[in-house]
Amino acid sequence: MTCLPSQGGKKLGLVIDLDTCVGCQACATACKEWNTGGHMAPLTDIDPYGGTVDGVWFNRVHAYEHTTEMGGRTVNFPRSCLHCETPACVTVCPTGASYKRASDGIVLIDEDKCIGCKLCSWACPYGAREFDTDVGVMKKCTLCVDRIYNDNLTEEDRVPACVAACPTSARHFGDLGDPRSAVSQLVAERGGVDLMPELGYHPTNKYLPPRAHTRRAASVPAKALEPVRAEGGFLGWVDRMLSN
Amino acid sequence: MQGPPRGANSAPSQRPLADTRAPDEGDGVDTSPDISDSIAKTTCYMCACRCGIDVHIKDGKVRYINGNKDHPVNRGVICGKGSSGIMQHYSPARLKKPLLRTGPRGSGEFREIEWEEAFSIATERLSAIRRTDPKKLAFFTGRDQSQSLTGWWASQFGTPNFAAHGGFCSVNMAAGGLYTIGGSFWEFGEPDWDNTRYFMLFGVAEDHDSNPIKIGLGKLKARGAKVVSINPCRTGYNAIADDWIGIRPGTDGLFVFALIHELLKAGRVDLDYLLRYTNAHVLVIQEPGAADDGLFVRDDTRNPLAWDRVAKTPVSATDASAKPALTGSYTVDGRRCTPVFQLIADRYLDESYAPDAVAGRCGIPADTIRRIAAELAHVAFEQTIELPVAWTDWAGRRHQTIKGRPVSMHAMRGISAHSNGFHTCRAIHLLQVLLGTVDVPGGFRFKPPYPRSAPPGPKPSGRTIKPMTPLDGMPLGFVCGPDDLLVDEAGTPTRIDKAYSWDAPLAAHGLMHTVIRNAWASDPYPIDTLMMYMSNMAWNSSMNTVETIAMLTDHDEAGNYKIPFIIYSDAYYSETVPFADLVLPDTTYLERHDCISLLDRPISHADGPGDAIRHPVVEPDRDVRPFQSVLIELGARLGLPGFVDEDGSAKYGDYADYIVNHERTPGIGPLAGWRGKDGTSIGKGEINPDQLQRYIDNGGFWHHDFADDQRYYKMANRSYLDFAESMGFIPKAEPIVFQLYSEPLQRFRLAARGHGRVLPPQGDRQRIETYMDPLPFWYTPFEEAAVDLEKYPLHALTQRPMHMYHSWGSQNAWLRQITSQNRLFVHHRTGASLGLVDDDWVWIESINGRVKGQIKLVDGVNESTVWTWNAIGKRRGSWGLKDGAAESTRGFLLNHIIGDQTTADANGKRYSNSDPVTGQAAWFDLRVRIVKCAAEEAGFTEPQFERFQQPPHFEPSPQKLTFGAEFRRAREAAE
Amino acid sequence: MHPAFSVVFFTTATGAGYGLLALLGVLGGAQIIPPDFWLGFIGMGLALGLIAAGLLSSTGHLGRPERAWRAFSQWRSSWLSREGVASVATFVPAGLFCIGWVFFDRTGGWVAIAGLLAAIGAIVTVCTTGMIYASLKPIAQWHSRYTLPAYLIFSAMTGSVLLNALLQGFALGSRMLLAASMLLTLLGWGWKLATWRYNDALEIATNANTATGLVGGTVRSLEWPHTEENYLLKEMGFRIARKHSARLRQITQVLAFALPVLLLAATLALPWPFAAVLSVLAAIAQLSGMLVERWLFFAEAKHTVSLYYGR
Repeated sequence: MTCLPSQGGKKLGLVIDLDTCVGCQACATACKEWNTGGHMAPLTDIDPYGGTVDGVWFNRVHAYEHTTEMGGRTVNFPRSCLHCETPACVTVCPTGASYKRASDGIVLIDEDKCIGCKLCSWACPYGAREFDTDVGVMKKCTLCVDRIYNDNLTEEDRVPACVAACPTSARHFGDLGDPRSAVSQLVAERGGVDLMPELGYHPTNKYLPPRAHTRRAASVPAKALEPVRAEGGFLGWVDRMLSN
Repeated sequence: MQGPPRGANSAPSQRPLADTRAPDEGDGVDTSPDISDSIAKTTCYMCACRCGIDVHIKDGKVRYINGNKDHPVNRGVICGKGSSGIMQHYSPARLKKPLLRTGPRGSGEFREIEWEEAFSIATERLSAIRRTDPKKLAFFTGRDQSQSLTGWWASQFGTPNFAAHGGFCSVNMAAGGLYTIGGSFWEFGEPDWDNTRYFMLFGVAEDHDSNPIKIGLGKLKARGAKVVSINPCRTGYNAIADDWIGIRPGTDGLFVFALIHELLKAGRVDLDYLLRYTNAHVLVIQEPGAADDGLFVRDDTRNPLAWDRVAKTPVSATDASAKPALTGSYTVDGRRCTPVFQLIADRYLDESYAPDAVAGRCGIPADTIRRIAAELAHVAFEQTIELPVAWTDWAGRRHQTIKGRPVSMHAMRGISAHSNGFHTCRAIHLLQVLLGTVDVPGGFRFKPPYPRSAPPGPKPSGRTIKPMTPLDGMPLGFVCGPDDLLVDEAGTPTRIDKAYSWDAPLAAHGLMHTVIRNAWASDPYPIDTLMMYMSNMAWNSSMNTVETIAMLTDHDEAGNYKIPFIIYSDAYYSETVPFADLVLPDTTYLERHDCISLLDRPISHADGPGDAIRHPVVEPDRDVRPFQSVLIELGARLGLPGFVDEDGSAKYGDYADYIVNHERTPGIGPLAGWRGKDGTSIGKGEINPDQLQRYIDNGGFWHHDFADDQRYYKMANRSYLDFAESMGFIPKAEPIVFQLYSEPLQRFRLAARGHGRVLPPQGDRQRIETYMDPLPFWYTPFEEAAVDLEKYPLHALTQRPMHMYHSWGSQNAWLRQITSQNRLFVHHRTGASLGLVDDDWVWIESINGRVKGQIKLVDGVNESTVWTWNAIGKRRGSWGLKDGAAESTRGFLLNHIIGDQTTADANGKRYSNSDPVTGQAAWFDLRVRIVKCAAEEAGFTEPQFERFQQPPHFEPSPQKLTFGAEFRRAREAAE
Repeated sequence: MHPAFSVVFFTTATGAGYGLLALLGVLGGAQIIPPDFWLGFIGMGLALGLIAAGLLSSTGHLGRPERAWRAFSQWRSSWLSREGVASVATFVPAGLFCIGWVFFDRTGGWVAIAGLLAAIGAIVTVCTTGMIYASLKPIAQWHSRYTLPAYLIFSAMTGSVLLNALLQGFALGSRMLLAASMLLTLLGWGWKLATWRYNDALEIATNANTATGLVGGTVRSLEWPHTEENYLLKEMGFRIARKHSARLRQITQVLAFALPVLLLAATLALPWPFAAVLSVLAAIAQLSGMLVERWLFFAEAKHTVSLYYGR
């Protein structure tokens, strides 16, 4: 059913900390690894050892240079499905393959219904959907729906693969529909933002902006160093310090 | 949830949902698929970081690999490489069977042979060498992590010609630290991530050690601690720094000295710390011309002396009750002498090290240098921390709290891979020590078994080489003066790589990067067999690749190869395999036993020692064997003393047997955990036949947590030192004194001045005099000093992308998708001045040659620097890549234009392109110019190399990968 | 956007086909065009043939064409589904009209009603097609008030030019229709020029800053997440050089608008069979021109995902 469900309270999603992401690709390959055997398996790779290699990935890490009057910064930028509140990728789907879950807000594809018309990928401004040419259906991030509720995993492992992997703790997971949740509070505290808010898709995932060159930047209130005023200069100071 | 959350990613915002029961969505999604039949906990080997991994096995195949939450190294996280282990394990480039060369070297023409034939060929060859002249075997093991076995094997064979890849990786970092503070960054120590408030990162791209640094940076970011990076390139860790200092390559030493200059001038150094833990107060003889000028004043028991400023008498430098002077000039037994600290002040207070004097060279505004110095001082001295833990120092003094200065530093290859890297490494340690931040809360902390004495004890062996006779020790060690060098009367090196010779006196890791040239040139002597393991010396692990390949295939007048026989072990069809005469196919890391040993390159962290194992979690489907087991069998077939019992039978069945049953000294073996018959001892203890199982049961590793009072000031902490002695880390529980002034270096200087028994050849004396300075100093990197800077105006650097760092992997189907072509990154303004735009093809030219690649203009790089991702370029026919792969059509290797030798000196002598102290390969000294190539030259990289033939029974790599489809099919069939 | 031939052909052919169908349905049912077996047979054959060929071609774009039937289910939310439903539904009155008008020479009554319903179906279908594109917010060039009218105008234009050619071929040409075809072609031309002008001046609120959430200054792509082109770049990262695009706009204007108008103007002055030949030529020129126009429609459309790649 591609009409959007009437929203329950729950909006599961990710929070990605651009201030901390070093661009190591761990989230991207951990995602690939989990999901190539997971709910949407496989994440086919065409020409894997050749010159036109093209694989299906649910998570891609870009790098940008952001330059403002305050200075420049290199920003590593993981990009995946944002599990929007009003996802056009769902409403454009002619078959009901693309849908948003009422219970937790996860946007999924029912592969058996997908005709591979690709319109959902056109409707998604974020490039979150990738087509598997081998089986002719669209694939996308499942928010690890086969991990977060998985009785066969120990309870502590029931988080998306990318969150579990991230070596710098730049990825967070939770219910962004609950303002008291840890992720919602993190977003509030760090000024988390929506991507392309002007398009009105109301993404659930939030990005925490880099702090360098902003008022949130780490700083040290150090006064300029002054040469020691002791007699005999520095060596005199040393002697005085030692005799104290 | 049961118990406290485990692992690094356990913040409230990273935990599972409060209720993880699947909601009743009714969409038919199987939210609880079965993941695995079993989970094997072992150790990753996608790089040198050695994280704990949980390998999920389903239907006999690897379904998924995630980080082990209990493991001290990675605490549950896993990097981009670790998560791609499946593709490494199932790579189509895996070798299948032993190979014997049939075509010309380098062609890739082989025939498959049985292991028995491989063993007999190797045994015959090597036993002939051992019977006649054991040094004619050169055994170099590349990125080996079993050097305590491989080094011992070489020693038992009787050849001094052994090393791993440290010489071309980061020996400057190791040696610079070990000779200064008895430890260093990386495996030797780590920042106190939980307490530091100001972190300086020098010359670190993705680097050792991978995940702990990332976890640590995450902690700093979560706490809002300040991160300052000093690096010409603004990528990776440097991208997230609060302050990025885009320094000019090779000038970090100057920058650090300017900080020291500022701190000294302002009296912002920790005198108390210096007196307690360093040789700052030790008296140095100041009598130019004397045979002991610059050495320490010592008493009859060889104890260094200090000057008691109260008693006005010389006093033992280790007398805890003394009041030593740090400045002044004294006369002891008629000798003029002065404390080390006075020499330090004299040198670094000099205006040549003032911020204004170095700013231009470093490409850093003087104000920035002054600001950083002020920030360092502020955090170190105004934001001191005190942990409420009482401890006792070596002298029995009780301290009620542990005081700390929360400034920490980390440095790696960007510092060490220069010809001035050793001294720059020492400079960084000097800075840390002056601030009093080594092994204190918030500072840089040692990882056991470090600290050790500076330098550590064992000296390199190889003085006597006799047929059928083991060496009297291990081939690698630490020299304390010219007497310890491995040279003959004429100064000719004993070792094929010239380590521990006048060319590279402190070559603690050997010089693997010189072996091929020296063996080819019979300099200092010809060898018979070159045996290598896991190092791509015919490609990205060598400087000057084109010539190196030529040397590997060069013939003498009689038509024989100049390097007569090459044995190589690798798991994959790398660029080096085709140059071997005999190929011993290795397993993947999931098919083998290994031990990550305290005797070798341990995985301890600052709060306690640890070690780990690998064990086979899947069976090989090919006729391959783990190299270590092969080496053990070869040792037995050769009858090497340590490898056979008295009756000549093999002592160890395989590597697993060795790991458990080998004892290096009584009670000390490769693994420290669960020793003793009942498995209750740690460190020292009897052999425990059940040891491996105990490791497996514990998740593949052993870790011991220190008591709270053992965690800091390990160099002088009674409780820690006693523990370290009991574990065999140090011979005696004595304090480790930081050697700000390095007496061993001065001994070499004295030899250069004609003093002593072992003297350098005349031609080397100036070099020794200059570079064996007992205090760190800065000099222009060699290539920069030698070339016309107008002609070669740019520095050229490389770094490995994080997702490939220290991994063996362009054949990895997932990782190569991320980067299969490297571009040359050029600063916008530099590009504009050369009329270049994005995607232009350029020649990158050095004095050593030229290579062609495509550029990308960027802001985040030092303007006089260009850089590229390393080891992306691959040779056609290798790694299972198809001919059109970007790695060989558009990707390039900068190694082609990095010379392996310096330009000739006044005597016409060319040294290895290395640090003159340690022999560390000076990769980052490279100077280049870039020139837009002609239109018809654009679109493909050069130089191009002939395509390798494929080994027998190599299937063409697949057109399509659907890894994981089988798990889904099985799931759906079961439903 | 990647100008896949299947989609370019599909929208062009069905546009013309539905235009022709609508005109035949209304004019034939109302006996403005007299019933004539061969005229009806060829006319309705052409209209339905174009529609069927277009729809068939569009399934070539599908990864799983055998499941195409599923596309009828989500008409409540999806314009693509509505298009499917409308296009198939239109075949019912169109079929009835065809039977009555072509095979039974009938006009008026239920045939006229069927013709009218077929015309309404055709218009609705063209509207749904237009709305598929007009509703896509990530593509600013499509998500504008120009898109839906363009589909309707071009459908009417190509339909009328085709109908004119058909009638001229049977020597039944009418000045009214000729004039209407010319006017519609001029309207199409004007609309296209206005669209281009609008698109060229488009100030798109979505940029690399909003795409990444990085505020102020410039955001430049440093490195892609992959070296080779992936699905996103192949499908949505299509780039066309400004020069190339200008050339194709000229070709579009000549073939789709200028030449047909000239030929139709000449038709006014010339007798059969010259008028017929020129009319057919005008139709051929216009349809070829519209293929170029539709190719450009995709090629010049920039999807927001390209912002992530610095394109």
